[in-house]
Parts: sequence; C-alpha cells; structure tokens
Amino acid sequence: MDTILTINNLTKKFGYLTAVKDLSFTINKGNVYGILGPNGSGKSTTLGIVLNVVNKTSGDFSWFDGNTTTHDALKKVGAIIERPNFYPYMSAYQNLKLVCKIKGVDFSKVDEKLELVGLLDRKDSKFQTYSLGMKQRLAIASALLNDPEILILDEPTNGLDPQGIHQIRTLIKQIASNGTTILLASHLLDEVEKVCSHVVVLRKGEKLYSGRVDEMISSHGFFELKAEKQSELIQVLEADANFSSVKTEGELITAFLNEPMDASAFNKLMFDKGITLSHLVKRKESLEEQFLKLTNNQ
Amino acid sequence: MLRLLEIEFHKLRYSKASKILIITYFVLLTCIALFASIKFDIGPIKFHLAELGIFNFPYVWHFNTFVAGLLKFFLLLVIVSMVSNEYSNKTIKQNLIDGLSKKEFILSKFYTVIAFSLISTVFVFIVSLILGLIYSSYKEPSIIFSDLEYLIAFFIKLVGFFSFGLFLGVLIKRSAFAVATMIVLFFVEFISYAIVSGYNRGTDVADNIYQFLPFKSLWNLIDEPGSRLSAVQAVAQQVGEDLAYDYAVHWYEIAIVLGWTALFIFLSYRLLKKRDL
Repeated sequence: MDTILTINNLTKKFGYLTAVKDLSFTINKGNVYGILGPNGSGKSTTLGIVLNVVNKTSGDFSWFDGNTTTHDALKKVGAIIERPNFYPYMSAYQNLKLVCKIKGVDFSKVDEKLELVGLLDRKDSKFQTYSLGMKQRLAIASALLNDPEILILDEPTNGLDPQGIHQIRTLIKQIASNGTTILLASHLLDEVEKVCSHVVVLRKGEKLYSGRVDEMISSHGFFELKAEKQSELIQVLEADANFSSVKTEGELITAFLNEPMDASAFNKLMFDKGITLSHLVKRKESLEEQFLKLTNNQ
Repeated sequence: MLRLLEIEFHKLRYSKASKILIITYFVLLTCIALFASIKFDIGPIKFHLAELGIFNFPYVWHFNTFVAGLLKFFLLLVIVSMVSNEYSNKTIKQNLIDGLSKKEFILSKFYTVIAFSLISTVFVFIVSLILGLIYSSYKEPSIIFSDLEYLIAFFIKLVGFFSFGLFLGVLIKRSAFAVATMIVLFFVEFISYAIVSGYNRGTDVADNIYQFLPFKSLWNLIDEPGSRLSAVQAVAQQVGEDLAYDYAVHWYEIAIVLGWTALFIFLSYRLLKKRDL
C-alpha cells in the first residue's frame, strides 16, 4: 500500500507545555483517517507541523515516499485548518484564482470545484458576505483545487448548524468515494465513527490508540439484563466462562461477553436454567464509551 | 520571480484601501509639477518658483527625488498593511499550507517592494524630465542626463525604507502599531541625534555615528537641495555665510542602506521561519 504520510516520534513543546508527545503513525493511501481527541489534545498542532506552519521540537515526518520536500509535497496536499482563511475583500472566484496561482493549477479548476461544493452561483460575492457554512465549503473547494492525494480537514464542522454539518459530511463522503485519502481531525466522536475507517486517538499529545475504527470497538458486546431471580442470575453469569465481567446497578445487570453469542441463544440458555428474564438487550459499546474508557483510564 | 510578483499583485489589486493609497501617491508625485505654478506677485516682490531654477537640469533630478522622497509614506502604509493583513486575516497560514514556502512568502513581498520602488523611480524620472524640458534653462543632452545618480539613490532609498516597513509589519503583525513603531523609532533616532550633536558642537562625531543608523542613512542618500539653489547661495554669500556643502551621492551611503535592506529582509525571513503560526 502506498504511504502518504509517516510521522516518527514527533514532539512539540510550547515552553513548559508539551502539546505533542512522541507521536508516531502512518497514513496510507485510500483510507479515511480520523484524529480523535478532546480539545487541546494536540490534533491541530500535529497537523500544523506536517503542514509546515508549526515548527517541531524533535522527531520527524515525511510525505509520500520520503524523497519529496515538504514544500513540494504540500502542492499535492489539500488542507484547511480550523477556520476558513481567505481575503475578505475578494470574491470567492478571486480567492480561488489566487490559490491556483500559488499551487500552480489551471484556472479552469475553479468553476469545477465551486460547483462541487455548490457555490457556483455565489462565486462573485465577496468572501466577507458568506455564512460560516459557505466559508467552510469554499475552504474545501480551495483545498481540492489541485486534486490532492490527501485532503486534511481540521474540525470541518465546528460551529456549523445541523444542515451545514450534514452538507459537509456528505461532501466528505463524496470526496472519499472518489478515492481521495482523507485525514479528519475532530473532537466529535460520531463524526469520526460516521466518516472514518481508521482512527488515531490522542490525549494530551499522546497516542492512545491507532488502527481501524471497527477494531477499536473490539469487544463482543454486552447484555443488559433484568430478572426477578437476580442473585441466581448473577451466580449463573459469574460461573459462565463466556462472560468476562458482570456489573450490577440497581436492578440492571450488565454482562460483558468474551466470545460472540447472540441474544436468542443466551435467552434459551437462561430459560433452560430456570431463569426468566424480564429485560434482555444486546449492545455493542459505542465509540464514545470506548473513547471515554481510553481517555480516562490513563 | 514573476509568479511571486503575480501572486502579490493579485492580492493588492482587489484591495480598495491599497488601491486608493497607491493612486494618491502617484497623484501626489505628479503634483510636484504644481510647484512650477507657485507664483507670488505682491507689488514689488515677484516670486515665481519655476524661475528660481528648481527645474534646471541637472538640479531638477536632485530637487524632485528629494521632494518625492518625502511622499514615500503613502506607499509605506500599503507595504505595512500588505504584510500585517496577512496576519490579521490569517491568510499567511493558508498561503503556506497551499504550498508557498516561507522564503517565497518573504520574497514575494520583497519583490513587490522593489517593483514599487522601480515604478516610483521611473515615474519621477518622467515627471522631472517633462518639467525640466519645459522650464530648464539648459537643454543640452549632456546636461540633461548628468547627475542621474540621484535617481539611483532615490530607488535605493525607497527599497531601504519599505524593507524597514516590511520587517516591522512581520515583527508587529498590526499595521497601525507597525507604523506607530516606525514613527517612534524615527523620533528616538532624531532626538538622540540632536542631543549627541548638541554635546559635540563643531565636530562630526554625531554625523559619523548616525550615518550608520537607519533613518539618518536613508536621509543621507539625497541631501537637502534647498541650499543648493543659486538664489539661496547668492543670499548666503551676501550675509557672509558659507554654504559649501557636500551634495553628492556617495557609494558608502548606498552601501549602508543596502546593508540595512539586507538585514531587514533576512530578519523578516528568520522571524517567519522561527515563528509558529
């Protein structure tokens, strides 16, 4: 698989504060990556470093095969960081033309990308008259001008209303389906869960997890149970090797599975043991629970 | 280089404020011609500035570059704001992400400084040539094209001054504060010069030291032309004052300003390189 970005032991200190600590991960072509972490966990700093606007303290990173300078590599990258930054006195079209000049791209791309993000009819309005959602879409259009190998988005839905969020997510999925690699930084779990195939979880600049999203939710799920014969139920569950742990909260018993088992098989098993269940739900841990577990446990 | 100039030109041409300042500057440059029409006619005192010989070749080169040099402040505002606006709009960050290197960013600004200076110089050349051809008492080509070093000095003066502004723009990131800092620095240099020369009356100590400082070195490039006028000289002789004065443009004056220019551009680059955006 083609490597797009390799980060090795990257560290960034702002005075006493270590924003990124010994971070390593690799981004391969064709996947949608998420960088997940609470605010201030070093997501934007990491992206800033690989995009050449923040100076690293130690460690290194390389784009593509490692033989391209960052300056050249950035011409094959499309990125937006935090807020859309454009010249307020220029129209969308003039702003994108300027980006074309910087990236060395033909002007014909401007209309094509404006159409993709649905701003073609507003292309001659000044940037300062745009709503935040339009600004963000313009930023995506700008990042796509050079048909980049990788699109880097930092909190693309931050501050948008639900329609805006939906538009941006649809756009991201559409771009991903064309085969563009995407790196998405976000503190919104469901965003990463909905959009990404791989995830890197950061907390206070340290990597807690990196890998596929569905492997992160690695457990076989758990049952939520209620029964009149509660103590007997607990005894049976604790004796059963299929369950790793059993928690009791009031009437509700939560039993975590070691191995896959479906709800009907479990119900039958209980019935055979003479326990009738008044409540049976099988659930998988959501990414959110997994994330909170990861970020709190350390 | 053309690509960088084109990028910068694109940024400037849609900015209303910059356009107004640039147009004002060139209109004011043209207004030097209005000096020609200054005429007093109060009874016995007749005064026509153009007839005093200010537009005589080659003196016109000296006079016009000096006066035009006073107007450079308008373009300074354009230069400072074109740097500091990149910070306040955060477009500098986006420019770098889009693939402009930090070196290219500073170079695009510096090339613009050179372009502005060059255009101003050519403009002053044309205005002076026309004024000279109308009012000068001497019109022989050998006289017309003598003393052209004032135009070179004018060009260097603008490049040095704007590079100073560019550096302050990068350093301070806010146009108003950058311009204010420049004014404060000017007064610090000016007042301390007055004090030092006051303590060393009759010697060249102050001049020898201050010729190396930014504002004085820029000033030294084109000496004040008023006392060179034959009319003024004549009056001075009558009063018995000797106004023997060195008006020439010296190579070391140019070298000092070029040194400052190089330092300002280098420091701007260093600052940008070290800074986290």
